[in-house]
Amino acid sequence: MRYIDPHIHMVSRTTDDYQRMAQAGCVAITEPAFWAGFDRSSPKGFFDYFRQLTEYEPQRAAMFGIRHFTWLCINPKEGDDPGFAREVMSIIPDFLDKQTVLGIGEIGLNKNTKNELIVLEDHIGLAEKHNQLILVHTPHLEDKLKGTRIIMDAIEANASIDPGRVLIDHVEEHTVKEVLDRGFWAGMTLYPDTKCTPQRAADIVEMYGNERIWINSAGDWGISDPLSVPKARIEMKRRGHSAASIEKVSFENPRTFLGQCPRFDVE
Amino acid sequence: MSAPKTCPMSKDRVVDTYFMEHRAKLIDLAAFLDRFDRADGDDSGDFRMAALEQATRVLLDGQPHRAKRILELFSDPTTELPQDAQGTKGASGAYPLTDGGE
Repeated sequence: MRYIDPHIHMVSRTTDDYQRMAQAGCVAITEPAFWAGFDRSSPKGFFDYFRQLTEYEPQRAAMFGIRHFTWLCINPKEGDDPGFAREVMSIIPDFLDKQTVLGIGEIGLNKNTKNELIVLEDHIGLAEKHNQLILVHTPHLEDKLKGTRIIMDAIEANASIDPGRVLIDHVEEHTVKEVLDRGFWAGMTLYPDTKCTPQRAADIVEMYGNERIWINSAGDWGISDPLSVPKARIEMKRRGHSAASIEKVSFENPRTFLGQCPRFDVE
Repeated sequence: MSAPKTCPMSKDRVVDTYFMEHRAKLIDLAAFLDRFDRADGDDSGDFRMAALEQATRVLLDGQPHRAKRILELFSDPTTELPQDAQGTKGASGAYPLTDGGE
């Protein structure tokens, strides 16, 4: 079997994880820029991080036959300071021509503040200006429902952004229908305690269909599982989902969405 | 109200496959509540426990979309945006309810 993990933070994972993912059938990953667990002290910290994402990680992944692609932004947790965020955003265009950059992400909201919304709108403008795909982080737990709606409103306020070029990630049962109904793609994150389990992801596919939806691990520096995508495939298989449906949510759908960027040429 | 039959497994097979896993989770929840009772301190004021109590009622109401409705119950229902996060990056998992829990 082959699969794509379209959202995983490999800078926080060991090389063993690359090996195990390759053994489980992973052929490509995409890595959004995110919060490192602490606030970086200067935009130069992001410059080095973007170099790591665009230069070093693709080489580490290639050792195991995995294609590595990335998304760039300043994440919502550090985006609550618009002045600092704008300094970071000013260096992003220098990286957009790199061969493994797919777009702007993971942008969005964290605590649904006015400051975060200002920075989100700036990112949407950056994506529009450079005709980039967008990968959206939706807030955690009690902030998710409210934040998801604010994010979709902000994107829709920019009439030139096609929702079919935007993936709203970390959907759960209370947000997935509205995301799909408004024309966006939806990502289900298989993450212990705070997001979906493989079982709930399979439930969501059964209730809302397998169109414009993918599964990802969002594996990072927290307690998380870089093999959660193949585990969700196994869950779907044991329930009796067809091989075509399993392939669709774990390979074909990511390839279709990501393939809107010509650099994503995974076959 | 009955839910649309979208699960490809029979009810018997759902029970065979998942009963033990969810039996264990239910006992974990019971043990957590017991642990809370056995701990020192005020047992009336925590909004997370109030939300959890409301959520357990949803489990038994016989209506569909329990997971969605519990997630909504734990969600911030307001529409106002604070200016900044005031140094808070994390989330607590529930939202402080007012007016007797409504």
